[in-house]
Amino acid sequence: MIPELGHYALMLALGIALIQSSMPIIGARTRDPLLMSMATPAALAHFAFVAIAFAALAECYVFSDFSVLNVFENSNSQMPLIYRLTSVWGNHEGSMMLWVSILAVFGALVALFGNNLPATLKANALGVQAWIAAAFELFILTTSNPFLRIPNAPFEGRDLNPILQDPGLAFHPPMLYLGYVGFSITFSFAIAALLEGRIDAAWARWVRPWVLGAWMCLTLGIAGGSYWAYYELGWGGFWFWDPVENASLMPWLAGTALLHSALVMEKREALKVWTILLAILAFSLSLIGTFLVRSGVLTSVHAFAVDPRRGVFILAILVIFIGGALALYAWRAPLLKQGGLFAPISREGALVFNNLFLVCACATVVVGTLYPLALQALNGDKISVGPPFFNATFGPLFIPLMIAMPFGPLMGWKRGDLLGAAQRLLVAALLAAVAVAASFAISHGGPVLAPFGIGVAVFVMAGAVTDIVERTMVLRLPFHATLRRARGLPRSAWGTAFAHFGIGATLFGIVAVTAWGSERIAEIKPTQSLEIAGYQVTFDGVFNRAGPNYRDVVGHFTVRRSGRIIGVMAPSRRTFPAREMATTEAALMSRGVSQLYLSLGDANKDGSVPVRLFFKPDVLMIWLGALLMFCGGALSLSDRRLRVGAPRPARAKVKPALQPAE
Amino acid sequence: MKYLHAVALLIVLVASSAAWAVEPNEMLADPVLEARARAISKELRCMVCQNESIDDSQAPLAHDLRILVRERLKAGDSDAQIINFLVSRYGEFVLLEPPLSWHTVALWGTPPGLLLLGAIMIVLGERRRRARAAAAGPAGLSPAEEARVAEILGGEGTQ
Repeated sequence: MIPELGHYALMLALGIALIQSSMPIIGARTRDPLLMSMATPAALAHFAFVAIAFAALAECYVFSDFSVLNVFENSNSQMPLIYRLTSVWGNHEGSMMLWVSILAVFGALVALFGNNLPATLKANALGVQAWIAAAFELFILTTSNPFLRIPNAPFEGRDLNPILQDPGLAFHPPMLYLGYVGFSITFSFAIAALLEGRIDAAWARWVRPWVLGAWMCLTLGIAGGSYWAYYELGWGGFWFWDPVENASLMPWLAGTALLHSALVMEKREALKVWTILLAILAFSLSLIGTFLVRSGVLTSVHAFAVDPRRGVFILAILVIFIGGALALYAWRAPLLKQGGLFAPISREGALVFNNLFLVCACATVVVGTLYPLALQALNGDKISVGPPFFNATFGPLFIPLMIAMPFGPLMGWKRGDLLGAAQRLLVAALLAAVAVAASFAISHGGPVLAPFGIGVAVFVMAGAVTDIVERTMVLRLPFHATLRRARGLPRSAWGTAFAHFGIGATLFGIVAVTAWGSERIAEIKPTQSLEIAGYQVTFDGVFNRAGPNYRDVVGHFTVRRSGRIIGVMAPSRRTFPAREMATTEAALMSRGVSQLYLSLGDANKDGSVPVRLFFKPDVLMIWLGALLMFCGGALSLSDRRLRVGAPRPARAKVKPALQPAE
Repeated sequence: MKYLHAVALLIVLVASSAAWAVEPNEMLADPVLEARARAISKELRCMVCQNESIDDSQAPLAHDLRILVRERLKAGDSDAQIINFLVSRYGEFVLLEPPLSWHTVALWGTPPGLLLLGAIMIVLGERRRRARAAAAGPAGLSPAEEARVAEILGGEGTQ
């Protein structure tokens, strides 16, 4: 009964989405307030029905209704509650349901809190949102129905893939999807602006919170996924340039560029047309990301050809939305008036530089990810594009960006003073030089370029601090005056500093762990020890432990530093009988921001075990940096200017349109 | 959903062999040779995996290739010889960094090409905008506005 209810609710949601996708847009064209005003209740009703459908699916999972095929294939009644719940989106059908649910939530939020928007813009934007929702709901209903029943309900489910039985699954996909789908709002607003042929600084102000929010979630989602892979896969890698990862990096890069160009548009009315294009690109890349992961085209072109139904459907969605949006852009963008002039050396100029490099980096990732697929489809040649390619191309594009980053916030709008900015960054540059010298002195071996990477990272972090120091005049004014200035500083200024500092921290971690991480691979017997980076790790023995739906073989290791015991590490091999699979549960010990990482192989008959022991210097900086970026975004989001919303004149102008027709 | 797919595939491939990447018994006693073996392994793709190097992969094929690389090293081959040997055996697919050739020109050309193109377009666009702004001159008043100014000033200006 409940699955059928969910199925039916989803169909109703599709019907409402179809109404929402047509009526308000017709209303906006014919200036019919009644038709336009349908958008808000439609968006709310759409949300309600999608929520019912999602709740129905979640109910099937939580109460282990194995008569539903999707639940039978991906769940097991022995799993803890949290994994029964998270396995809702641990599979194709459920993850699409999550996608649509988030879309519905965002649509409802625009409907509820978009009262200060011009009526036509709101109607158009909600209409475009509904196109996306309708397309994905049609996709779910026709090719990926999660509510399908099986005639004879089995007694037990097949279990969730063991690697996914991890808190990471509760966090990573929802965050990632919040980011992907968040960009759908900016996309809808961009299309709405193109439909109207009118765009101004107020548009940028409405859209920026959504860009910020989506970017924050995507940042945290990517970082969370990276940490999950780091501890779960058992070999301590944090980024693999895997196509599935690249799929999430592409919209992040485009979104970061959008975040910065929207800033120029909001403050100076410049870069309007470009910002619209970036908004379209960011969501297009989110769609491509979904397509890459969901269609099976990555596994092999053949897998895609064997069961092409889903793939072709998503491909059609891609072509219609991306192609349609770009065509509309080519047609309508020339109508949009260009805004303010600025000198090449200025805050605007710096942000254009930022956009150029970010977009090139993004294009590199896109081309590198899709090239092997395209080449194979074209002439059957098989090549691989792996980490060495991305390291060789992405790095050189990102380093100039990093070096330029501290200059940007120090430059004035319209006309900046490069020399003045350089002078103010002198302390930061000196700190960076000291960091380079220190890394050369401390490190033995490692790549020659690594100390310079550390230097760039320190420059970025010190540059972010410099900005705040300059604005609050620390040391130049009495303390209480500084404090007052710090409090008076716009939150967005703090946000910028935090996010830029975070990027520096992440770079620091990446460089340090790649250049100076060390590794021991060995087979050891009880009482034997391994030495790494001044730590002594002694193997005490193994014991067995039973979990709710798995068995653990746990290794017990004592960690000493200069003879003193500082802790124990207990990595394990975990076997899941339901699928007869094993996972590696690595043990991590944090020492400041560095970590000891120990993973265990299968024990040999003579009692020895193969172990992999890593020392990961400063590895936590990678994710702490991402967390700082998130905090920066949050601070910026809490800025008063964004909460207050649009300037008055724009609101006054649309008032007549809001009155109902008599 | 980043890892679901990659990981699911990985699991399928390695479900039976519950071992992992480089195993202790594969490693060479000579640390210099072993370091070279690791470096070479990171450049080579495990052909049955999804975008993994043989150094990271747990698949049996990757295991065999790691052994092969180490045997060639012990026999005294140079790094280039070993890589060439594997390319002749498995094709360019085995290289994680595709060599520059006619069919990878667009791949390697994209980053520098796009950067150059973008820079040129920004400079040209800027110049055009500047020219347009200069041609328009300091924002002139329309005839209607001129008349309005005259009207306002009319009272005091002409008397």
